[in-house]
Amino acid sequence: MSQPESSPKSRRDLPWSLWTSQLLAVLRIELRKSLWMRRSIWIYLLALAPVSIIGLHALLDHNANLEEDTRVFAYIFQFYLHGAIFFACMGLFTWLFRGEIVEKSLHYYFLVPMRREVLIVGKFLAGVLASVVTFGGSVLLAFIFMYGHFGAAGRAFIFDGPGLGHLLAYLGVATLACVGYGSLFLALSLVFKNPILPGIVVLLWETFHAVLPSLLQKLSVMFYLKQLSPVSIPPDGIMALFTVVAEPVPAWIAVPGLLCLCGAILVFACFKIRRTEISYLAD
Amino acid sequence: MTTSNKIIFDNVSKFYGEVLGVNRVNLSLPPGVTSLVGPNGSGKTTLMNLMTGLVRPTQGSISVLGLTPDQPEEFFRHVGYCTQFDSFPKGVSGFSFIYQSLLLRGLLNREARSLALEAIERLGMTNAADRKIAGYSKGMRQRIRLAQAIAHHPTVLVLDEPLNGLDPMARAETIALFEALGKEGMHVIVSSHVLHEVDKISDQVVLMSYGYVVAEGQIHGVRSEVKEHPMQILVRCGNPGRLASRLFSQDHVVEAKLNNDGKGVLVRTRDADQFYLLLNRIVLEEDFLLEAVAPADDDVNSVYQYLIGGGGGTV
Repeated sequence: MSQPESSPKSRRDLPWSLWTSQLLAVLRIELRKSLWMRRSIWIYLLALAPVSIIGLHALLDHNANLEEDTRVFAYIFQFYLHGAIFFACMGLFTWLFRGEIVEKSLHYYFLVPMRREVLIVGKFLAGVLASVVTFGGSVLLAFIFMYGHFGAAGRAFIFDGPGLGHLLAYLGVATLACVGYGSLFLALSLVFKNPILPGIVVLLWETFHAVLPSLLQKLSVMFYLKQLSPVSIPPDGIMALFTVVAEPVPAWIAVPGLLCLCGAILVFACFKIRRTEISYLAD
Repeated sequence: MTTSNKIIFDNVSKFYGEVLGVNRVNLSLPPGVTSLVGPNGSGKTTLMNLMTGLVRPTQGSISVLGLTPDQPEEFFRHVGYCTQFDSFPKGVSGFSFIYQSLLLRGLLNREARSLALEAIERLGMTNAADRKIAGYSKGMRQRIRLAQAIAHHPTVLVLDEPLNGLDPMARAETIALFEALGKEGMHVIVSSHVLHEVDKISDQVVLMSYGYVVAEGQIHGVRSEVKEHPMQILVRCGNPGRLASRLFSQDHVVEAKLNNDGKGVLVRTRDADQFYLLLNRIVLEEDFLLEAVAPADDDVNSVYQYLIGGGGGTV
């Protein structure tokens, strides 16, 4: 039999070119899975939750105040980060590998001439793209609904005031949340057979990170995201009593800091997948 | 033959926790068709998974054509593996299943399409290629997985129970395909319970039991090593009674039994070479008319029964 891949057209002598084409192939397969599968419906419902709430508010509340709504939007966004984006990333990114193991199809990826690190990066990027499109789109729609019903005042806030900056900041924070939680849950799915329990631990960590010593706070994704939010929300209720005020981190440190944390987690995931064995029965 | 043309297991052991997968396996497999034979749980699949890097050895090392799975870009250009997992990515058609796996290999769209269609045609799946795999019969799923394993033209093809679920016609065609691939100089490693079928095409066998390699090599060589079970040879001739009486006087002949149809004698001998020399002499001296002489238990099935026993699994 001939060896088609060793033909002069072969890309094997050009690893970057090979990796790029393999990465694109992984992206193509995984995006289709993440975006168009029936399993993704609940993620869309989560993403649509704030759009629906703000849409109803825009329709029904005719005495709204722009300044107050800006604060309300910030609150909703914070719940959105803690709730929808967190849980959607948990479902989406843990399923990238755990789903393949449950469906006994991971070996097809392991039996092609592709570095497993390329698979990690490809699946991660597909998850990030799918979640950013979904949640970024949702934030955008919610923002339009929130300020659209103010008419000329809303337009002025967006185009002549700080509105556009807020929107970009919310979109950036949503993207960073997808990147941060995505990397974390992808790595957890490679370590634990059932990532639900560690997911709950992460949820508790992220929710109560503000009461931890300032050094530990920096190991939380939410710590960086809060620094980047355009409207700061002071802790209230019982949490306010225990909050440890950590030194604020400027955006130029917060963004690379979070990306470095994600990079370190992905490097760990790459190390882990190199030692991963296919033993579906044990899983 | 250089080692870079062989599949080599060097003192390989694999434990799943405290459960033994395979233990102290030393093998050197040349090109051709190699059958892995053994009862359920004997370690055949573990051996194949080790060979392809799906599991890692606890001890020892494995090389396939001088390569290891730690060099996946080179290794999997040469290796195709049809596992026994009857599972597929969700929602794909037969064609897209193979096409996608070729794209993952870094092939260009056109090349991937052409190779996918070629493999599908070779396995006789052209008419069903655009249907969703979820609607395939078991035999069709088996064939599409085989097509996926050979689509990139590997030089080493590893097949775990590849005949499972195939109807007799597909079975015969698939066996012919393996035989053809073996003759093309490929390594074809087949595990199967259908011994009489793999026996026909095997250049060598590896017999396994409880994680150990019990015997390996060409089937005739393995058979001759099984000294405690005398070789059975069937001689078809016109006067079997007289032949039986001549043979029975020899020390190495343990038994000479007349066939039910009265046209042959089944001989059990401890020394097949001596027996053939004796038979030649008798034929020349007494002008016997021989119709056929053939070993009766010089096959994988018999060797399997002698070495591993019938109670070990489905045979």
